[in-house]
Amino acid sequence: MGPESLEAKQKAAIEEVLKAYPEKAAKNRAKHLGVGSPDDESQKTCGNVRSNKKTVAGVMSQRGCAYAGSKGVVWGPVKDMVHISHGPIGCGQYSRAGRRNYYIGTTGVDTFVTMNFSSDFQEKDIVFGGDKKLEKCLNEIDELFPLNNGITVQSECPIGLIGDDINAVAKMYTKKTGQTIVPVNCEGFRGVSQSLGHHIANDTVRDYIFDASPNTLGEPIEVTDYDVAIIGDYNIGGDAWSSRILLEEMGLRVVAQWSGDATIKEMVQTTKVKLNLLHCYRSMNYISRHMEKEYGIPWIEYNFFGPSQTIKSLRKIAAFFDESIQAKCEEVIAKYQPMVDAVTNKFRPRLEGKTVMLFVGGLRPRHVIGAYEDLGMEVIGTGYEFAHDDDYKRTKDEIFRSTVIYDDVNEYELEAFVKALQPDLVASGIKEKYVFQKMGLPYRQMHSWDYSGPYHGYDGFAIFAADMDLAINSPVWGHSKAPWDKEGEA
Amino acid sequence: MAALRQIAFYGKGGIGKSTTSQNTLASMAYYFDKNIMIVGCDPKADSTRLILHEKAQNTILQLAAEMGTVEDLELEDALKPGAGIFAPDSPHGWINCTESGGPEPGVGCAGRGVITAINFLEEEGAYEEEGLDFVSYDVLGDVVCGGFAMPIREGKAQEIYIVMSGEMMAMYAANNISKGILKYANTGGVRLAGLICNARMTDFEYDLAWALARDLGTQMIHFVPRNNIVQRAEIRRMTVVEYSPKADQALEYKELARKIIHNDMKIIPTPLEMDDLEALIMKYGLEEEADEDNIGKTEAEL
Repeated sequence: MGPESLEAKQKAAIEEVLKAYPEKAAKNRAKHLGVGSPDDESQKTCGNVRSNKKTVAGVMSQRGCAYAGSKGVVWGPVKDMVHISHGPIGCGQYSRAGRRNYYIGTTGVDTFVTMNFSSDFQEKDIVFGGDKKLEKCLNEIDELFPLNNGITVQSECPIGLIGDDINAVAKMYTKKTGQTIVPVNCEGFRGVSQSLGHHIANDTVRDYIFDASPNTLGEPIEVTDYDVAIIGDYNIGGDAWSSRILLEEMGLRVVAQWSGDATIKEMVQTTKVKLNLLHCYRSMNYISRHMEKEYGIPWIEYNFFGPSQTIKSLRKIAAFFDESIQAKCEEVIAKYQPMVDAVTNKFRPRLEGKTVMLFVGGLRPRHVIGAYEDLGMEVIGTGYEFAHDDDYKRTKDEIFRSTVIYDDVNEYELEAFVKALQPDLVASGIKEKYVFQKMGLPYRQMHSWDYSGPYHGYDGFAIFAADMDLAINSPVWGHSKAPWDKEGEA
Repeated sequence: MAALRQIAFYGKGGIGKSTTSQNTLASMAYYFDKNIMIVGCDPKADSTRLILHEKAQNTILQLAAEMGTVEDLELEDALKPGAGIFAPDSPHGWINCTESGGPEPGVGCAGRGVITAINFLEEEGAYEEEGLDFVSYDVLGDVVCGGFAMPIREGKAQEIYIVMSGEMMAMYAANNISKGILKYANTGGVRLAGLICNARMTDFEYDLAWALARDLGTQMIHFVPRNNIVQRAEIRRMTVVEYSPKADQALEYKELARKIIHNDMKIIPTPLEMDDLEALIMKYGLEEEADEDNIGKTEAEL
């Protein structure tokens, strides 16, 4: 038998995976699985997969909830505001500081990201309503943390069920004190994934920050022709910093970072920038579109993972500005090229030809492909937890070869795909990590960079390359074997 | 175009809220050419049947459950144009109907259902329909939890009409609903706009309803007499206005409709304490029954 093509193998794997399901579930899941091909014009989305639908009941999905999308992703990193997890204690405590949104400041004094604020609902609050308790929380926070620049109220499930009117409490408190209070109705049961939480959170930025013109936010800054904002970078392991430095070196002024290491004062200034730079499209396209419509600010998507995409993006951004910026952009690219060469020369020989399967969240399932390919690695499978059709359309432009695409993949499926396609590296989230490591497979956690990072920009690429090498070429794997190798032995 | 007015009908279960509201809204459309959207907020989903000539329309939550999530639902699936004289091409006003729906009795959370349904309608732009004059919420029973208060939060219904009768329990309920309105009146701006007495022909009914209205600080906007023609129309799944527009009862609803359209008495209610409510009932002719000495005594004992 001749060598089987990758595409055939991938298609066979999908068929095999679907066999385990009852008929109805198989029919549903079949629509979310496909083989993406970079040259196939007939594919409407990458691999023609369907997305943003309710998860099949009974499977172990890797998805989060609307609260996670709002508190965990969009609002949580805003460092000078206090974010109350409004409801019972669990949601707040288990989502505390796990995302590694780096920030500068004195925690507990002028910044609050890694702290957990919760209204700690008890039985009586459910029965009698928690409006009064919320007001008490707001009072306490202002008393204990007077340097906070606002408070967001992140609703957990019970708030929506008992119908507490947090919007009224917020409004009254704002009226009384002038303080910025943002009520966010991001109850976890709303929507099919965290994606709705991003949308809800974006809408509250619009309604309570932009439209409210709060008087606590200080004087507007002087504007320049080179003002930009980084949108959708959560500064995980310092990502936004290693991105910002490049933009500044090419002569742009970064007015705000949304929302990694962000302050609300900076975010308000974004309405005056010349261009919005959108990294995570999924979680912040809403507010970008709003700013385009309302303030006439154009936005472009960019990708700072790996030198190929970084260079392409830097030029794309520079093209928006005048020749001085474009010239400086080329200088930046030239300046870092020796570093890129050094990294590539060192690690590419060690990683060349290694195959990778990804499963991540908002932008990485497509954005990191280029970084792997720059190291000679081959991405053969990818998928998103909570993407929509437009994400899968964009994915098509990023893949290099036949790639198995799995939307909202569950624990069983991902394991089955990995067994069938036998990649050299699996790169996904914390929930999947130990399953694969116990199988004897190199693994990298691609949500929070496994205690490492940054991975954005040139500095990030050097760390990324070293981390992948560390994972794949660690001698520890010599002491354990992947299941398919074991089967060969027996 | 005048600004959109959002009104709500509240009242004790079984008082005839849905019947009264549909007949009144039908009059507003038919006699006064008002365009209306009815938002039924009752798991029973009976707030629109007389307008649609249907048993019960498919509800937002039922449709959402079938589709998987409410995000998959389209407005045209859930919003139905009225039948007969209330159709969109009516020479008078038209009426659009939607029902939130909700769980079977005894399970789930009906209150959340109301919140979900109203959010859905807002997000889908149901309130921005060209020419819409009135949105009317028909809300079940009492304001028992936050969900059933959704229609009176800020930006929702601004005028509340309480359907009641001269029966003691209906008066208790009206007083209780006023407490709910009071809670939201200061934060949201909702106002009590009147009591509608749907007469049961109990003793001193008119006087009692009138006095309760006065003590709450509002008006008894109309005293709707009892008339079997309402039931005859209802059995045909019709409003009296459509069934027999010249009937006396239709003219009663017409008068109520006129008063609502021109109503300028919208107040923050002053709910009564329980003792005051009982005193009120005593004062208006039931003193004998409510005499301290008679409490707990059977008819034979007296």
